[in-house]
Amino acid sequence: MQVPVHEYKLDNGLKVLVKQDKRAPIAVVQLWYKVGSSYEHNGSTGLSHVVEHMMFKGTQKYPTGEFNRIIAENGAEDNAFTGQDYTAYYQVIAADRLEVAFELESDRVRNLTLPPAEFKKEIEVVKEERRWRTEDKPTSLTREQFEAVAFLNSPYKNPVIGWMADLDAMQVEDLRAWYERWYAPNNATLVVVGDVEPEKVLELAKKYYGSLKPTENIPPPKPQTEVEQKGVRTIKVKAPAELPYIMMGYKVPGMINAKEKWEPYALEMLASILDGGNSSRLSKELIRGKEIASSASAWYSGFGRLPDLFSLSGMPTKGEKLETVKAALLEQVEKLRNEPVTADELARAKAQVIASEIYERDSQQNQANVLGTLETVGLGYKLADEYVDNILAITPEQIQAVAKKYLIEDSLTIAELDPQPIDPNKPKNTRSFVR
Amino acid sequence: MLKTIIVAPLVLLFALFTAQVSAAPKIEHWTTVNGLRVYYVPAPELPMLDMRLIFAAGSARDGAKPGLAMLTNAMLDKGAAGLSEDQLAEQFEAIGAVFSSSTSNDMGWAGLRTITLEKEQQAALELWLKVVSKPDFPQKDFERVQKLALVDLQGEKQDPASLGGKAFYQALYGDHPYGQPENGTEASVQALKVDDLKAFYQQHYVAKNGLLAIVGAVDRAQAEALAEKVSGALPVGEAAAALPEVKPLTEAKTVKIPYPSTQAHILVGQVGNKRGDEDFFTLYMGNQVLGGSGFTSRLMKEIRNDRGLSYSVYSYFAPSAQLGVFQVGLQTKLEQTDEALKVVRDVLGKFQQDGPTAEELEASKKDVSGGFPLRTANNSQIVEYIGMIGFYQLPLDYLDTFTTKVNALTREQITEAFTRRVQPDKMVTVIVGGDEK
Repeated sequence: MQVPVHEYKLDNGLKVLVKQDKRAPIAVVQLWYKVGSSYEHNGSTGLSHVVEHMMFKGTQKYPTGEFNRIIAENGAEDNAFTGQDYTAYYQVIAADRLEVAFELESDRVRNLTLPPAEFKKEIEVVKEERRWRTEDKPTSLTREQFEAVAFLNSPYKNPVIGWMADLDAMQVEDLRAWYERWYAPNNATLVVVGDVEPEKVLELAKKYYGSLKPTENIPPPKPQTEVEQKGVRTIKVKAPAELPYIMMGYKVPGMINAKEKWEPYALEMLASILDGGNSSRLSKELIRGKEIASSASAWYSGFGRLPDLFSLSGMPTKGEKLETVKAALLEQVEKLRNEPVTADELARAKAQVIASEIYERDSQQNQANVLGTLETVGLGYKLADEYVDNILAITPEQIQAVAKKYLIEDSLTIAELDPQPIDPNKPKNTRSFVR
Repeated sequence: MLKTIIVAPLVLLFALFTAQVSAAPKIEHWTTVNGLRVYYVPAPELPMLDMRLIFAAGSARDGAKPGLAMLTNAMLDKGAAGLSEDQLAEQFEAIGAVFSSSTSNDMGWAGLRTITLEKEQQAALELWLKVVSKPDFPQKDFERVQKLALVDLQGEKQDPASLGGKAFYQALYGDHPYGQPENGTEASVQALKVDDLKAFYQQHYVAKNGLLAIVGAVDRAQAEALAEKVSGALPVGEAAAALPEVKPLTEAKTVKIPYPSTQAHILVGQVGNKRGDEDFFTLYMGNQVLGGSGFTSRLMKEIRNDRGLSYSVYSYFAPSAQLGVFQVGLQTKLEQTDEALKVVRDVLGKFQQDGPTAEELEASKKDVSGGFPLRTANNSQIVEYIGMIGFYQLPLDYLDTFTTKVNALTREQITEAFTRRVQPDKMVTVIVGGDEK
């Protein structure tokens, strides 16, 4: 029971995707831009995310504060998110007020004023956000440094929120240049999911977005293809903490660059065999079974613009050592290389994929997210239609094959959090970063 | 299937205090033969079913054993009707069914999500009934769960937000059951025995102490049959006694917890209100203006927009069976702690005295009533709402009348309620971060 997606393109290059969902009289409206942290460069990390913050600071027509005021007046929810490969702005609004969302969002595609005084305050807010998200959280800090070391020249090495030094040095002119370069109708996709009529959505899109000028020659980002890894990388991250933690990641292909089309799907199933529910291997064998980990997880997604990692992480339970968890995770990888997964395990993993497809439709936001992501990273939203079939076609042999081919030591990065005593009288920022 | 993006939302969403409404789903209600209350909303559009069985079995029932309610709830799927946790997990997951469970201060609940293909739904229901009505509490699994609970407690010590939250509740409630940590203390968790859990389960997970919420692609007759089946698996039992009343603070208290973080985590507050409280709507709408509405609230304006002091700042009332909390929270870099705290106190004091302006109230009414259809747009939200309405025995037309009640409020009513219910000079202040000084 696929629901059709209506696809349109305006003359200025804006793509419009509409999916009906009449279960409630609401609509989710998202504008996705092809820009995110992986488009940024050394010294300028965090730009896309700071633009996101400044998007709420006014245009000529709607000065600072007006956007939020009007959104609230209409009882809408409104926010935005920045990732490695995209930035998306959204409203969830009563379907009969759709036009409000179109009017406000289209206005800030081109007309942001970026007032310096607002920037000065807002950059401080972003720094607080960074402290809150990363600086004071030992596992987040470990993850950030893990990614920075796993990649040498792929822009996935940079945190989405940016390095603190880059935030300190950021100027409002940097933002203006960034905004002018990437924020254009021909670099965006508008996604609408909800109780709407596709033709009416198109009409509104033309009315509000149609007159926006496209940017000619938006230069595609340079390749920045990650250099081949030549052996295992290991780091320790020292931070005030109570619990040790380990992250491991292998370089693997994504859908966008996989030479064999099935490989990313086999990797997804592999992640699911390890960590696709309470019956999966990591829960069953590390958390129960041997009882050595208090948490353990495996993660892969083939939906990036650039190749990414297949990653594993774990935390020892009381009385266990980090070494034991590390050995157990590596043993799990070894086992996947040596033996095919069982038919039962694979059937369970597939059953969950099918059920999730149905559950996902309970949320209009999720449906919109799928369309927006696929379109924005360059895979095309139609991939969503083949996804389940491609997953269901995966065999135990294929899973073993990707494990053998990609989960190898030479492309592995390991980061260990080494907890330091929590002493309130010790000065902050004494973390060392040992390679 | 999506990569988890590093989402950078501009405000935190605090679901627990958003008592909002929707283009209200009609709630049908009845009681089963053995006394289990049932709340049902048909949702035929998607082939899926959500059920949530809720009991008055939250941490406020822990007595002298903090952590008891939480661990009891966590043990449900660790072995039931002779099946091991591995077997239970395998059987749920083989049919794409999802078991969930959790506790709060008032409730302990267990949920099921399944697709409604006949065979799968039947199997999911049978399995779920084993978990909710025949848990085995195996000793070995209990010891593991206990150990994991201890790791969690240790983990909290590296999280200033958790440290602050716990200290806040303790300072506010003292000996009242709401003051005890839901996940216990190292000593209390260590002292728990399987027999404690079994006794807690037997007393609290019974028909007369609970309710069943059903949302999904089942018709009324099917829902009735489901409800009889679920309640038939439970003993009749007794409803739990009312919790003791909460005594408000009589003086201001400040708790400072040194911590080597870059930010200070600040919480300011006092006791708030109850579910079904006569001041519920006035306090709710007042708080929307003060710090509950996100981007446009006064606290957000003063703390974040005008001064860049914090990424997130909020206030909320968390109504419970007895007086819940009223809390204001934010984080700011250590050097700005005093400045931020002063702004919070100024905003709070001024609001308590003068209430919202006519303009603010008008804007807030538009926000709340315009957002009406958003709050119950999907099955997950609906099952949660009807569970809440059923648990606190709020009127069945609670969602229908919400907007009308909100729109009828005046500035004077809100100011009067805040003057009566909020005491800026008798608040708890918790600051985590900074050194011993």
